[in-house]
Amino acid sequence: MERYDVAIIGAGMSGIAAGIRLAHFGKKVCIFERHYAPGGLNSFYAKDGRKYDVGLHAMTNFVKPGVKRAPLNRILRQLRIAREDLMLCEQRRSRVAFPGVDLCFNNEFAFFESEIAKTFPKQIDGFRKLVEAIQAFDDSVFDYPYQSAREVVRGCVSDPLLEDMIFCPLMYYGSSTEDDMDFGQFVVMFKSIFLEGFARPLEGIRNIIRLLLKRYKEAGGIRKMNNGVAKIAIAGGKVERLVLDSGEEIEADVVLSSVGLPETFDLCAPGLESSAEKNAGRLAFTETISVFKKQPDDFGWGEDAIVFFNARDRFAYRQAEDAVDLTSGEICVPNNFDYGDDQLAEGVVRVTCLANHDTWTSYADEEYVEAKEQWRPRICAAAREFMPDSSLDFDSDCIAQDMFTPKTVVRYTGRKRGAIYGAPQKSKDGTTPVSNLFICGTDQGFLGIVGSMLSGIAMANTHALR
Amino acid sequence: MSKDECKQVVLDIIAEIAPDEELSDVKPEVALREQLDLDSMDFLDIVMELRKKHGIEVPESEYGELVSLDSCAKYLTPKFNALV
Repeated sequence: MERYDVAIIGAGMSGIAAGIRLAHFGKKVCIFERHYAPGGLNSFYAKDGRKYDVGLHAMTNFVKPGVKRAPLNRILRQLRIAREDLMLCEQRRSRVAFPGVDLCFNNEFAFFESEIAKTFPKQIDGFRKLVEAIQAFDDSVFDYPYQSAREVVRGCVSDPLLEDMIFCPLMYYGSSTEDDMDFGQFVVMFKSIFLEGFARPLEGIRNIIRLLLKRYKEAGGIRKMNNGVAKIAIAGGKVERLVLDSGEEIEADVVLSSVGLPETFDLCAPGLESSAEKNAGRLAFTETISVFKKQPDDFGWGEDAIVFFNARDRFAYRQAEDAVDLTSGEICVPNNFDYGDDQLAEGVVRVTCLANHDTWTSYADEEYVEAKEQWRPRICAAAREFMPDSSLDFDSDCIAQDMFTPKTVVRYTGRKRGAIYGAPQKSKDGTTPVSNLFICGTDQGFLGIVGSMLSGIAMANTHALR
Repeated sequence: MSKDECKQVVLDIIAEIAPDEELSDVKPEVALREQLDLDSMDFLDIVMELRKKHGIEVPESEYGELVSLDSCAKYLTPKFNALV
């Protein structure tokens, strides 16, 4: 039986980052990935000769080189990756769009603050108090107690409209809980979006994944694709061996799993005393991708990289009742990052909305295709309400399109209920009831591309390097 | 190995961990943390690189010996010389 110091389940951002740390310091490490493509929740595919990203709309946590203690610069050090190799290009600007009210932001926090002062002059002092509370929060420890973020924000900001406009982007970019979130999670998200910012490499997620895999290989890491972990065999409270999809069996002193907390528990045999189903996330999404020959600059959508929109009186971030909840969403125009003299060859508009997992997975094949055809124009129309007037015709100008649903997410990532932000209950310190089995990635609690890499690094350092 | 060579070994490791830091005028008697932006993760990496590159073990209770370049040289030079 092949033996490793560390086995990592899943070749996503956190798994590869953990693998780089371990291989760099001489551990015999192997990553097992079920899919043929690496990246996990942030992956890529090609359709009709066109390349698409999955997951990445904007990379959060953007800071300039040299900014002290910033997660982006910390992970680059830990992974020994040169900052310029990421080839990050900053957003032009982004926007939170509610009925009749817009708040714009970019990678300069002072600009966002001035927008709030202009739009909510009575709230600016409260908002500054909130920012002070955020900056005073120690997010370097894993075990802070739960505190309702809504309560903390209401203690500073009294206008529910501003409260919702602050929560909307943070929830859309990483909340696994409905309507409210843990203040610790809120702090991490607020910093990553408003105090830091958005960027993207011209080539998208492929550039980041290629860089990580190159580093992993140089460091001596091993990777097995198309061969996931089918079973974690447990004896005496420890992982005894892993059974792979191929039927092969391997041994490892330490196992790091990035496939999710309830998903990992499901792999364990005998099963763990935990209601894995109860901890499956409720928040699933659908996304439409529309490709145009024209550039967004030419049809009046050349400013916003990301728009978070909400059409209701109060923003509701919860499981969609219908197949899709059209009352809020996120629009990404990847052309609207500052690529210098370069630009994407075609115009791209992606729209994400909350969707109902059970509805999408209940459809028979034909119904599923029909439902996608029926919802796609409605999603695009809902988003359009919050974009500038434009000559663009979402049908006749569109040269290619695709759409994913919770069913697609389950199929390619194995995430229960298509919950891309994972389980509501996280394992903040990465431990499980099994002494040498640890969680990294989304269900350890750090989200986004930078967050998941930081999670992989922190869990590798804490549980497999010391 | 001389103490100056030992300091250079430590500086080389820091340069690899933190390529964005200016290392040309690090004062040997002043704490590294006061002059450079190094956090606890970076210090742990210095310890691990010493083990990986040079086979030098620094037990956790003695991490404090690595506070400045001078203290690094005093603590590590005998360890390097004991290897030969």
